[in-house]
Amino acid sequence: MKTYLPPKFIVERDSNRCIQCQVCVNQCSFDVHSYDAADDEVRSREENCVGCHRCVVFCPTNAVSIRKNPLDYRENSNWRPEVIEDIIKQAETGGVLLTGMGNDKGYRVYWDHLVLNASQVTNPSIDPLREPMELVTYIGRKPDRVEVSDGALKLKTKLAPQVKLEVPVMFSAMSYGAVSLNVQESLARAATEAGTLWNTGEGGLHPKLYKYGKNTIVQVASGRFGVHPEYLDAATIVEIKIGQGAKPGIGGHLPGEKVSAEVAMTRMIPKGTDALSPAPQHDIYSIEDLAQLVYALKEATDYTKPISVKIAAVHNSAAIASGMVRAGADMIVLDGLRGSTGAAPKIIRDNVGIPIEMALASVDTRLRQEGIRNQASVVIAGGIRNSGDVAKAIALGADAVYIGTAALMALGCTCCQQCHTGKCAWGICTSDLALTKRVNPDIGARRAANLLRGWSIELKDILGGMGINAIESLRGNRLALRGIGLTDTELEILGVMMAGG
Amino acid sequence: MARAVREKTNSVVEIDASGILTRELNTRLREATSNGVKKIELRNVYGQRYIGTDLGKPVEIEIFGTPGNDLGSFMDGPRIIVRGNAQDGCGNTMNAGEIIVHGHAGDITGLSARGGKIFIRDGVGYRAGIHMKEYGDQKPVLVIGDTAQDFLGEYMAGGILIILGLNLKEGETHRASYIGTGMHGGVLYLRGNISNFQLGKEVGVAELDEKDHMDLEKYVGEFAFHFGHSAKEILRQKFIKLFPLYLRPYGRLYTY
Repeated sequence: MKTYLPPKFIVERDSNRCIQCQVCVNQCSFDVHSYDAADDEVRSREENCVGCHRCVVFCPTNAVSIRKNPLDYRENSNWRPEVIEDIIKQAETGGVLLTGMGNDKGYRVYWDHLVLNASQVTNPSIDPLREPMELVTYIGRKPDRVEVSDGALKLKTKLAPQVKLEVPVMFSAMSYGAVSLNVQESLARAATEAGTLWNTGEGGLHPKLYKYGKNTIVQVASGRFGVHPEYLDAATIVEIKIGQGAKPGIGGHLPGEKVSAEVAMTRMIPKGTDALSPAPQHDIYSIEDLAQLVYALKEATDYTKPISVKIAAVHNSAAIASGMVRAGADMIVLDGLRGSTGAAPKIIRDNVGIPIEMALASVDTRLRQEGIRNQASVVIAGGIRNSGDVAKAIALGADAVYIGTAALMALGCTCCQQCHTGKCAWGICTSDLALTKRVNPDIGARRAANLLRGWSIELKDILGGMGINAIESLRGNRLALRGIGLTDTELEILGVMMAGG
Repeated sequence: MARAVREKTNSVVEIDASGILTRELNTRLREATSNGVKKIELRNVYGQRYIGTDLGKPVEIEIFGTPGNDLGSFMDGPRIIVRGNAQDGCGNTMNAGEIIVHGHAGDITGLSARGGKIFIRDGVGYRAGIHMKEYGDQKPVLVIGDTAQDFLGEYMAGGILIILGLNLKEGETHRASYIGTGMHGGVLYLRGNISNFQLGKEVGVAELDEKDHMDLEKYVGEFAFHFGHSAKEILRQKFIKLFPLYLRPYGRLYTY
């Protein structure tokens, strides 16, 4: 069938600069560039271009530029180009629209409507370059009260397992199979260097990565892939994945062609079969059932590590979160509307769930009202872009954040949203062995660790400016925030005052 | 004192579970197995959960009473014999070992099991054998003596599921509908009457070949041995084999 889809991008090659070296031909995994030996010329098939800019970055003479195809359809605020093209795709295939990365729609980003405070005159700001400044965060259940023995200043209360983070930023769950082993190794090593954690996702833990166990969160999801006693023992936190912000309520299908021998070994399934993650966990139909799995995992790990429960942020997250804490979760994770994915139905990604800022504020408020906020650490995920977002999240009530997209961008991702095709030209979201080599774990680990280092310094600057010297003092301190351009209802849910007030 | 751990011989102990909560009971089991105990008799078990989890040793546990949910969840090696009924989640995500239930079991029996064997003398609840898998030489086996409720073997990705229908009366069909929906691996052997509408649309029906007969003889033989049946008698009646029609049931669902 002739496709009615026009090219999304225009590929321009400056013939004065192009030296026919064919780097673009070799770098493009979407078959855009090709070399015509007869004419000694590099040509383009623009209809294949996804705008990932791999060729642009690697062209040694800066000969290639990629522009958006203006696609000047007759203007229509309702029937926008994306809407028209989605319909064309479905008319030509009869399929469910699949996409990658996070929601790209223009829902309000509340971080951009929140501003932070700083000290002026009435309390001194602190210069973190010369004074101690602490970002250390402990993940785990905190006691209702502590008892200290007289004299020796020793804690008498027996604490639940705690995990120390040097910086309250962890790497989100991204499974082996969705991302490559080199990506996981890069993140595992960066997490180890920075004193934080990375998360296996639901695809098991490759034997090569067991040595990073102290900095590893392992997931137990509906597919139970690669879940066995050594896997649970290797980790520092075990996370039950109920949902994901990009696809609340939806399971996953890792297509058989991505299940290579190594992926099959790690997931403990036969090579080449689809890895189906059912939509629900069939042993969890209620909070009581959740408690059962939480305690099954506590038993399986002899109560030595925190158990986390991750949900997608949905309408009644606050009530669910209360149930999760009461079910014994030591850490709860909320993944918001803008959370990313390796593959999700587009209609789900773009239309289901609530913004993380609202979910966080309502969950933190609810847990405080019920007097159980101390019983679990609250971690958020889904669209954290920089250290400003981290600081705002912590002020709004989070203990720590997960970053996924930002971490992948550190490794080269340009958010072209083609993860689901398995052809990632940056070698990140693919299991093609030729492509996965593009992420060198030595360089990947350096880049991801650099990002965390930069954010750590910035966080200290933010704290210092406020005149506080520990991130603990910012946690849940909504007085450090003011809203801009928000309605009364939005301000009320966020629990912050309007700027000026 | 009723609660005491009583040493019967060097390697056999008896634990009276009456009045002991789940966590304490499992702690005692861990202690006993790490002391090299080979067999534990658990008396007066009333609903304590996760028995057999995190033992990781080839110990035999004989349970008298009713163990609670998630019996043998994440289990990796032990052998559990239940003189009574099991509840929900028996053998949940089990890796290796054996569970023999002299009674019936509840919902999600054998959920996501990757290895080991489960023998249930009587029937099971909903979603038994759901998402069973296999890997390398690990192949879980679930044998059900009576019948099952809906969604038997749903999403099944590997392993062997045998349902015998021993207590079905003349002309009576199995209870379950949606048998093997989304099945994409493994095999299900069914004895007793079934109507086509009870089968998931991803499963095919076939006659047994020689390999099937060998597997059946082996596992029905073990079943019969555990529960005092005659394997010959059971195997005399016709079995059908349910197999996944597609290894990739959802391959043609998406557009890019």
